[in-house]
Amino acid sequence: MDEAKQEELFWKKIEAEEKIEPKDWMPEDYRKNLIRQISQHAHSEVIGMQPEGNWITRAPSLRAKKVLLAKIQDEAGHGLYLYSACETLGVSRDTLIEQLHQQKAKYSSIFNYPVLSWADIGAVGWLVDGAAIVNQVSLQRTSYGPYSRAMVRICKEESFHQRQGYEIITQMANGTAEQREMAQDALNRLWWPSLMMFGPTDKDSPNSAKAMKWKIKRESNDLLRQRFIDKTVPQAEILGLSIPDPDLELQADGSYKFGEINWQEFYDVVQGNGPCNKQRLDHHIKAHNEGAWVREAAIAYGMSKSKETIAA
Amino acid sequence: MSEVKDNQGPLWEVFIQSKNNLPYKHAGSVHAFDGEMALQNARDLYTRRGEGRAIWVVPSNQIISSVPTDEDSFFDPSDDKIYRHPTFYTVKEGVKNM
Repeated sequence: MDEAKQEELFWKKIEAEEKIEPKDWMPEDYRKNLIRQISQHAHSEVIGMQPEGNWITRAPSLRAKKVLLAKIQDEAGHGLYLYSACETLGVSRDTLIEQLHQQKAKYSSIFNYPVLSWADIGAVGWLVDGAAIVNQVSLQRTSYGPYSRAMVRICKEESFHQRQGYEIITQMANGTAEQREMAQDALNRLWWPSLMMFGPTDKDSPNSAKAMKWKIKRESNDLLRQRFIDKTVPQAEILGLSIPDPDLELQADGSYKFGEINWQEFYDVVQGNGPCNKQRLDHHIKAHNEGAWVREAAIAYGMSKSKETIAA
Repeated sequence: MSEVKDNQGPLWEVFIQSKNNLPYKHAGSVHAFDGEMALQNARDLYTRRGEGRAIWVVPSNQIISSVPTDEDSFFDPSDDKIYRHPTFYTVKEGVKNM
């Protein structure tokens, strides 16, 4: 079949809401954009383990510790589902990790902010996972089959994350005056970076138009951000915490008008100048390098095993 | 080992049977250096919440797949045999349990 015909078939599938599968023909740009988006998503899950991992030894109870461990293990799992989906596009795991280390691939900027208190752990689950869920629910309908299936799996697991975060922030908000202050402080610091997780406004989002045409992305940044705000503001009200936005205003249609996002801060963090960019990447590289001897031993073991099999 | 580049090991496809007597379903892939390691990695990754009672792992390069561009001609033989479906046949009204 010639390429024009294959491309026609590809668009027919996209239009009919059918999924594109790994062995199907796809435009080279579609493949490239998918690799960029899925790997960025995978790296975010894995880098996201770091700020929370710092709190495992300081969790205030055994229950809290077990829950946090399970959540972080899930994040590793989500990273692996996504690497697995990405590898179906013909790129190897080693290449993906190399791209992260060489800063050719990005991860979500939110993880370049520090997690300073136990209340922050609550706010991360509530706001960061909450924002991720809004994005991921939308991505369940993405046009690439393996990516879509990974999203379905991740969404099933993610709601536990948001609930555990909300439970922590609820406990803090209902605790002593000092704990309440910590909860409000966490919300103050993490609210705006959480809104930035949805990316630039639609008019400034260079990758959006193509991604929407290919149905890699299904809904626009601004629409998803608004959905998150409308869901989250009432959740803060129930806790008696205030959203750090003087311009926030409930409108007649039930949605909230909100203030101007500091886009300069967003671009600064994306370009590597956030509070923790260097720390996060250095740590990933260090952990990877320190694991080299394990992989080396495993490679040797694997090779001797396959020789045995051949001999037998 | 210096001649082998640092790597994550070969890729294995993972199939999970969620309950007894249900067919195995593809779940995703894992990296591992042998079958036993692949099984353990698949268990840790794909069955953290009781999603499965049994797992198959298969080296990804051993999967033989039909070619999507040939799907029309490849599956053609099944498209023109409508008499393989029960709805092809008319049954006299009043006939039961058929």
